[in-house]
Amino acid sequence: MFRVLVRGLLLMLLTGAVNAAPVFVFTAIPDQDETQLKQRFQKVADYLQETLQTEVRFVPVKSYAATITAFRNNQVQLAWFGGLSGVKARELVPGSIALAQGIEDPEFKSFFIANSATGLSAAEHLPASVRDLTFTFGSKGSTSGRLMPEYYLREQFGESPDDLFSRVGYSGNHSRTIALVESGAYQLGALNYKVWEAAVADGKVDTSKVQVIWETPSYPDYQWTLRGDMDAIYGEGFSERVQQALLNMTDPELLSSFPRSGFIPASNDDFEPVRVVAKQVGLLD
Amino acid sequence: MRFTNTMDRPAYRWPRGVRIALWFLLIALACIPFTDLEISSLDPWIDLSRLLRGFMAPQLMQPSLVIEALLATLAFAFAGVGLAVVCGFVLALAFNNPVMRGFCALLRSIHELFWALIFLQFFGLHPLTGLLAIAVPYAGVFARMFAEILDQVPKQPEQTLPADTGYLSALLYTRLPLAWPHLVSYTSYRLECGIRSSAILGFVGLPTLGYYLESSFSQGYYPEVAALLILFYLLVASKKLWLRRWTFPVFIVGSPFFMGEGMPIIWGNVWRFFSQDIVPAPLRGSDASWQSLIDWFTHILIDQALPGVWNTLILSQVALAVTGLFALSLFPLISRHCFSPAGRLPGHLFLVIARSTPEYLLAYILLQLLGPSMLPAVIALAIHNGALIGYLTGRHSNEIQLRHDAPRRRLDRYCYELLPRTYPAFLSFMLYRWEVIMRETAILGVLGIQTIGFFVDSAIQEIRFDVALLLILIAAMMNIFVDLIARRVQRSFIG
Repeated sequence: MFRVLVRGLLLMLLTGAVNAAPVFVFTAIPDQDETQLKQRFQKVADYLQETLQTEVRFVPVKSYAATITAFRNNQVQLAWFGGLSGVKARELVPGSIALAQGIEDPEFKSFFIANSATGLSAAEHLPASVRDLTFTFGSKGSTSGRLMPEYYLREQFGESPDDLFSRVGYSGNHSRTIALVESGAYQLGALNYKVWEAAVADGKVDTSKVQVIWETPSYPDYQWTLRGDMDAIYGEGFSERVQQALLNMTDPELLSSFPRSGFIPASNDDFEPVRVVAKQVGLLD
Repeated sequence: MRFTNTMDRPAYRWPRGVRIALWFLLIALACIPFTDLEISSLDPWIDLSRLLRGFMAPQLMQPSLVIEALLATLAFAFAGVGLAVVCGFVLALAFNNPVMRGFCALLRSIHELFWALIFLQFFGLHPLTGLLAIAVPYAGVFARMFAEILDQVPKQPEQTLPADTGYLSALLYTRLPLAWPHLVSYTSYRLECGIRSSAILGFVGLPTLGYYLESSFSQGYYPEVAALLILFYLLVASKKLWLRRWTFPVFIVGSPFFMGEGMPIIWGNVWRFFSQDIVPAPLRGSDASWQSLIDWFTHILIDQALPGVWNTLILSQVALAVTGLFALSLFPLISRHCFSPAGRLPGHLFLVIARSTPEYLLAYILLQLLGPSMLPAVIALAIHNGALIGYLTGRHSNEIQLRHDAPRRRLDRYCYELLPRTYPAFLSFMLYRWEVIMRETAILGVLGIQTIGFFVDSAIQEIRFDVALLLILIAAMMNIFVDLIARRVQRSFIG
């Protein structure tokens, strides 16, 4: 039996080695319902494969950290990151570059939402009465669902969310945040404004049960990030071709699945504000 | 089993056993004021009824995906348990060595999901991650159980061997054949645990059932959830049909082919993980000093480890007490002294379902239904472990011959005959389960309950593996400590 196992192990390692032939693999932060993500990124994979003339594969992962780790481990070469995850990833992989962002991403924002039972309504500032309510972030590693909301909460109330609210949770992703605040499991939540708008437009939210009560000032968020050593592996000029391919994504169906109105070039420096805030909040060393 | 020896003179033993249980109950009661047991969901019945309706009309997602996931679940379970049996057996032979014993205790005190999270950092989503996540902790478990089994075989055959018989021959010709049936039956039980563990690994991204369960559940596709759960129960319940002596090698050989391909391993990542990632952050820079290391450590201890350990402790003590009460009220359902064979069927069905649903999955479901607090965790731990202990105690009660003057009324019979006579066995099962419950409580933190697993998950999400590993080791120490206490209590009450 031992022999059999050893053989099985060897076989696995060997097949692992064979797979190392450069299929261009990309992933994305799981910030939304998985079915939607799969549909969206399968389309992107098909598009990139056709445009780049090389085999392209999308690998779904279960957490923000797993996206960063896969990128860092060179198991994926390209990723659709959020602001914070992109900053972390580029810090861990020297030479990696932010290639492109959505037209909306330089001016991104978060919505704070509340269950109707709280009686809260939209205002210029978060009212003092949010104190001691229950509150949920999205994923622990999210920019629009964790970092920025936490930053603005600290700025406005001068204390940590744990001290401010009676209970603080992490729903996992933006879609779950909507569902949990709508059901009343949490009284308040904060999320990516694009996911909220898309959910409202698709009729997936009962707006009599949950409303937006505050929107944050704007900050840079999502971007495509590529590892730095791609030209050596896939041929000279590959990075530029990937960038061009991303910028040239014009198929309305493809764009609306993000949802973005188009893609524009990005640079690592565009996300400096995110890095500064992340350091202040203590999510980066 | 040893506790049956106490049957002859029960009158002298019971008070101590009862006292032990009362202590545990008191501790649990003292913990309750600190336990967050709120139902925060406004209307838990809406989701619950949707889930139940899902069970009325289950709906299979893409059949090819489901079959792949089922096969992957089995593949990881078989390969993981197979590898663990081999390694565990070798370790068992060296179990007299205290260093080896400590090493095995460490292996098994770290939950398979924590192992998976560790391996994920350098192997990524490769089959090896899932294989080792099961094989490593299970090897520790097998080492201990195999050593105990090999210890308990009659010694006479070995003593009759010629003086110059080699170690291996003595093992192969005397101890091993005597222990064989026990080794096989324990392995078979562990295989069932392996299937549960394997399913759960999907929650962190491996292609097993948990992967799709999590996806469907988090999106509220309850008919799909129901279909996946029903398939899982059928798989576990039908184990006797498909797991035969001749199918076992087939499964083992076949398993590497059904683990999915995942992403390629890059060995440089492994080196980086051990040489950089897990080195405490203050030691990585050029200005490393003892002071900075101590600050780092105190900071983690106060902000993360202590609250995590505290919550883990109170939650697991409450869960342990509820588990006990649950098990005591459930075991009569399958006892032949209480119900006719037909009457026991519903009880059997309930216990099979409850004990084959992993705590992690139950807690996940209940968290969605009841809202975030410790209540879902307590219920989940009590249902799974209570059903398991209820089943074992019930089976034990079936071996009892009633006194001829045993009470005829069922309630009297339970209180004055069955309960006292099965109690020592029940208490042994509970003490054995204590450490398991503690380990599971820690891991439930990954779901958002603020036990130590919550802080481990946060550290991993922040890509701070030094912190994560430190917290995992603290959790492991807790489990080892509880295991030691449990065994001491166990010995004291067997006398």
